[in-house]
Amino acid sequence: MQELSLNIMDIAQNSIVAGATLITIHAACHGDRLAVEISDNGKGMSEEQLAHVTDPFFTTRTTRKVGLGVPLFKMQAELTGGMFSIDSQTGIGTHLKAEFVTSHVDMIPLGDLNQTILLLITCNPDLDFVFIHDTDETTFTLDTRELREVLGGEVPLNDPAVTQWIREALEEGESRC
Amino acid sequence: MKSLAELQAIREKARQQISVREESDDNIRVLVGMATCGIAAGARPVLTAIMDEISKRGLKNVTVTQTGCIGICQFEPVVEVVAPGENKVTYVKMTAEKAVRMVNDHLVNGNVVSEYTIGANAK
Ligand SMILES: Nc1ncnc2c1ncn2[C@@H]1O[C@H](COP(=O)(O)OP(=O)(O)O)[C@@H](O)[C@H]1O
Ligand SMILES: [Mg+2]
Repeated sequence: MQELSLNIMDIAQNSIVAGATLITIHAACHGDRLAVEISDNGKGMSEEQLAHVTDPFFTTRTTRKVGLGVPLFKMQAELTGGMFSIDSQTGIGTHLKAEFVTSHVDMIPLGDLNQTILLLITCNPDLDFVFIHDTDETTFTLDTRELREVLGGEVPLNDPAVTQWIREALEEGESRC
Repeated sequence: MKSLAELQAIREKARQQISVREESDDNIRVLVGMATCGIAAGARPVLTAIMDEISKRGLKNVTVTQTGCIGICQFEPVVEVVAPGENKVTYVKMTAEKAVRMVNDHLVNGNVVSEYTIGANAK
């Protein structure tokens, strides 16, 4: 992947496939550390699945033998001298955390995280997303449950006017690492 | 921070319009492969271009969804179009530019862009 925001999109797809209705994406930039946490309330993984999930030769899907999304994300964090952890419980959900050392030569850019978030929201208008991006100075939060409350079930989150509002909100909140 | 009052206004406005969003059976489905291989090959800008063009054209009868790996990683980014009464069309090695043309030629005007399809690309 050329941008971490693409990995984040990929990891969030796992949550969607796992039937999550609420997905939280938290990016925190402090000093030369970037921490990315993704949690969901999807179907979760068994202990055995979890033990294998960072192993590229494990996947529960039968159409393709190799799942690469999680191992790739882990590798990208560890290459920078950062760390990676994942925990999951069946019926409860999954939580994943990757920490990057941004000053490391092997750090790939975070990239266009706003584009990832906007697509996740507008392509999955029935799911809820919480996006938190914080730096030393600022904290930005977008919670689709709040938007949904104002829109009152009459206007979907992928309505063009709403999409435009979300796009502008994300741009205002833009805080690069 | 953008105000939630603006969202409230969007809701009021929508309420005043007669809903044309009825579920009709001329609904076209567009599926974009968003598995790891698709994303790595550039599916995100393709998806963004499709969403933007659809909203620019005001197309109401198109639903865009993401799918997992279609199993043809070497052809990613892959976009499938399922229109009622038509065979499924599989577009391969898509880019944002190709996607814009696909929306206009195929979704708006009903003409498949043959040169982007898997048939024209699998030798
Ligand atoms: N958030 C999640 N919830 C439930 N299962 C997950 C989650 N993330 C990953 N998995 C499981 O781990 C497997 C491997 O994930 P991944 O490395 O992204 O490869 P792939 O998605 O291509 O299978 C998935 O197929 C799924 O069974
Ligand atoms: Mg995956």
